[in-house]
Amino acid sequence: MTEFFQQLINGLAFGSILALIAIGYTMVYGILRFINFAHGDVFMLGAFAGFYLAPKIATVFPLPSIAGAIAVLIVSMLICAALGVAIERLAYRPLRKRPKLTVLITAIGVSLFIEYAGQFFFGAAPKKFPDILPVLPITKIGGLSLNSNQLIVLAVTLILLVALRFIVMKTKIGTAMRAVSFNPEAAALMGVNTDVVISFTFALGSALAAAAGILWAVNYPSIDPLMGILPGLKAFVAAVLGGIGNLPGAALGGLIIGVTETLVSGYISSTYRDAIAFAVLILILLVRPSGLLGKKEIEKV
Amino acid sequence: MNILRPSIICTVAFTIAGLLTGCNKPSSVPGAGDDTIKVGEFASLTGSEATFGQSSHNGTQLAVDEINAAGGVLGKKIQLLTEDDQSQAGQSATVVRKLISSDGVVAILGEVASSRSLEAAPICQQNKIPMISPSSTNPRVTEVGDFIFRVCFIDPFQGTVMANFARKTLKLQNVAVLTDVKSDYSVGLAKFFKEGFTTTGGKIAAEQNYSGGDKDFNAQLTSIKAANPDGIFVPGYYTEVGLIALQAKQLGLTIPIFGGDGWESPSLVQIGGAALEGDYFSTHFSPQASTPAVQNFVKKYEAKFKDAPDAMAALGYDSALILADAIKKTGSTDGTKIRDALAAEKDFPGASGNITIDANRNASKPAVILEIKNGAFQYVQTVAP
Amino acid sequence: MNFRHAKTFLLGAIALGFLASLFADRINPYWLFIFYDIGISIVMAVSLNLINGYTGQFSLGHAGFMAVGAYSSAVITNQFGDLSFLAANGIFAVALLAGGLAAALAGLLVGIPSLRLRGDYLAIVTLGFGEIIRVILQNMDKVGGARGLSVMHGWTNLFWTFGLAAVTVYVVASLVNSTYGRGFIAVRDDEVAAEAMGINTTKYKVTAFVVGAFFAGIAGGLYAHSKQFITPGGFGFMQSIAFVVMVILGGMGNTIGVILAAILLTLLPEGLRMLSGIEHLPGLTAERPLGWIGDTRMIIYSLLLIVLMLTRPQGLFSLKKSSVQK
Repeated sequence: MTEFFQQLINGLAFGSILALIAIGYTMVYGILRFINFAHGDVFMLGAFAGFYLAPKIATVFPLPSIAGAIAVLIVSMLICAALGVAIERLAYRPLRKRPKLTVLITAIGVSLFIEYAGQFFFGAAPKKFPDILPVLPITKIGGLSLNSNQLIVLAVTLILLVALRFIVMKTKIGTAMRAVSFNPEAAALMGVNTDVVISFTFALGSALAAAAGILWAVNYPSIDPLMGILPGLKAFVAAVLGGIGNLPGAALGGLIIGVTETLVSGYISSTYRDAIAFAVLILILLVRPSGLLGKKEIEKV
Repeated sequence: MNILRPSIICTVAFTIAGLLTGCNKPSSVPGAGDDTIKVGEFASLTGSEATFGQSSHNGTQLAVDEINAAGGVLGKKIQLLTEDDQSQAGQSATVVRKLISSDGVVAILGEVASSRSLEAAPICQQNKIPMISPSSTNPRVTEVGDFIFRVCFIDPFQGTVMANFARKTLKLQNVAVLTDVKSDYSVGLAKFFKEGFTTTGGKIAAEQNYSGGDKDFNAQLTSIKAANPDGIFVPGYYTEVGLIALQAKQLGLTIPIFGGDGWESPSLVQIGGAALEGDYFSTHFSPQASTPAVQNFVKKYEAKFKDAPDAMAALGYDSALILADAIKKTGSTDGTKIRDALAAEKDFPGASGNITIDANRNASKPAVILEIKNGAFQYVQTVAP
Repeated sequence: MNFRHAKTFLLGAIALGFLASLFADRINPYWLFIFYDIGISIVMAVSLNLINGYTGQFSLGHAGFMAVGAYSSAVITNQFGDLSFLAANGIFAVALLAGGLAAALAGLLVGIPSLRLRGDYLAIVTLGFGEIIRVILQNMDKVGGARGLSVMHGWTNLFWTFGLAAVTVYVVASLVNSTYGRGFIAVRDDEVAAEAMGINTTKYKVTAFVVGAFFAGIAGGLYAHSKQFITPGGFGFMQSIAFVVMVILGGMGNTIGVILAAILLTLLPEGLRMLSGIEHLPGLTAERPLGWIGDTRMIIYSLLLIVLMLTRPQGLFSLKKSSVQK
């Protein structure tokens, strides 16, 4: 039984980071109806921003410390938010009226560009992410090992989700986001500046990706320019699983993928780990074609 | 159709132009140029395994620079032509064909991954161009033909070395094996380790897998912990091993972890830190070894690349040195003659140990077992082949 | 595009391929094998165009079908030793066909979810199928697993690659241009309207997947017998993406455009490679003035892709000024 709960904790910690990335995917999809393939690479840039910033921030806040870690987190979220806006402005905005596939290919181009440029500028070898959080001794509860990083990941994910929910549901810009997502033309007619809303969505999504990047790097302190591919792909699966465009769905999808992958590789076979996320996805989509929490889209004739 | 015509004509013209330039080139004498000897290298300089390819390439480049600074071979400078295969299947066949038939190289150096070496080997064999793989450990690579060599161990040797070490020195009974199923190196090493370990009376307590590039190993390690082994064999690369050690300690696993030469890199200890203390791996040389070849290599590498060399760099370095030595000995750039000279290499003093090429064109050289102590690699013992 | 002369074109292309294959030993092997790559890319891109371009489905798993074909055909031909010219080509034809059929079966499996899913959901499911095929192959020890499978015979030649590329073009073009085939385009343009007009959309969608997968399987067979070594990693999702890029760059549902894009995108990386290696052309010093192209080759490639999509979003070779805006 101890082993089972340990696996559950492992799965939740892994899944909550996936959830953060998945939310970025889903937000952009909800507004623009296209898959931002470069999202996983923004996640990578978030981790690298933290890597290069940490020594600079350490001159103000001593590292490792809670205040220093929060500073690293916030600064790299801001950097990635700016990057996200820039990517949207340069690569996606000119194609907004084009078929979705065209934008998708552009997004793949952007993704490849970030990866190869990353290998060129950062180097391909994995780098050690600095210790920005004080490492607490491993807590043991009845044979279960809980490490402070896993708890922090869970806590930060939860805080960010609540903050996001507040922004989307209670603020003016959040209302505008929902309006654009519902019907961009009508929203524009009602005086919503869709360009601003879309930029804001990208900023928010990219900031979340950066946060996930930092949390990931704290937990798995080896970062490299291609680290975004696999989590990006799995988060994308998580977003579709939960019903793409649906925020709680993405969070749920992330947790489901994290926990299933961990349990299956722990108990059944770790050989097929990479295929598990997809197998779960296919099974669920066969039963619920628009994902777990997604609304069935009514065919307009 | 009319609108399309110009673009079709353009494409056809482009293709024909390619065909013609392609046709003209090979007329140049093999080994071309009057003052240079062309040597081809293919490596994964970009893509998912770029970190290994770049290391290996750095080592090779260092060796070539060194040879040229000392006057080259046969009075000529060596020109190293490096092609990137992007870590992608299908690419190595293309670039090796280019190096041989368009550039007219006299020999080929490469690759780290056995799967990509296996793709290139038949082409070198057909063209009678000697190929030296720096670090492809799968036995099948040199079985392709008599022009294919390597300067590293093969999986059966290293797997057996570590099995014996685990049984005899560490006195382990139950060992868990954590394999990278995406890597042929890891799968091969795991296989021969398991054979060696069980034939000497040991037991495999658990077998778990991961894929290169993974960062989360908690699931596998939790299962391993439940099986209660007294050691974990991780035949993977340093890119993952550091994280595996960290997560194992976080789960409260304090048993020794050990592996093969894929561990050897300064990055290993940077990432794994204190979690790796007391872990072991087998490799080609000990940085403390006082042989001039090793000291010279480590010093020059650090001066040029501002970083300590890893095993891949040492093997890349040796592949170029042994080739130059063979060319020097035979006094010719003819493929068959170079092959004969390579096959006769004995006790060649390389950075990765003294290399003797055996009858199957594999390098036969002692393995060194190192322990990680106070963040550095400490010599434990040498195992003769 | 009119395919009145389709049969003449087909026969002409096959005859040309046959003639060219007679002179194969005169061609620099590097370029010869690039031609094989081009032929294989054409088969892949044109068959994917049937699914993505003409039928409006969205498959991101085409390399998975290629893997099925490559492994199936390789397993068959590896059973044989050295054969006479005729026997070898006979066995090769059978193996290619078997590879195509195995892939078609996989296509049928993937086609079934397409009945319930559309757009991005379908895309991710096809991507998933491709990845699952890769993971399964990686764990099949009989075909080498992660280590890969050596293919004993290098039977792929100009005749087979360009002959089969011509057959693929012919089949896809005449399928789409037939009265029956108008159904594919109807499904793409408006599925609901097509259904209302009495078109069996289910049948068309599954047919597109099965036929597309069949040719991808054949391309896989050609690939296996040209590279003579295959690994599961070589058929990953980045490969699938590469073929989707060809289709989109060529202009969705534009066969000639897609063929040109397949040629261009196969040659482009080699062209960049040549530029970076320019130092061994006479007259230039060994200083490698363009050496940076080698180091940044893939960055340039991805930038070109973005710029092309921004400047010619309807595809590089599209006839129409702009495709239908939806």
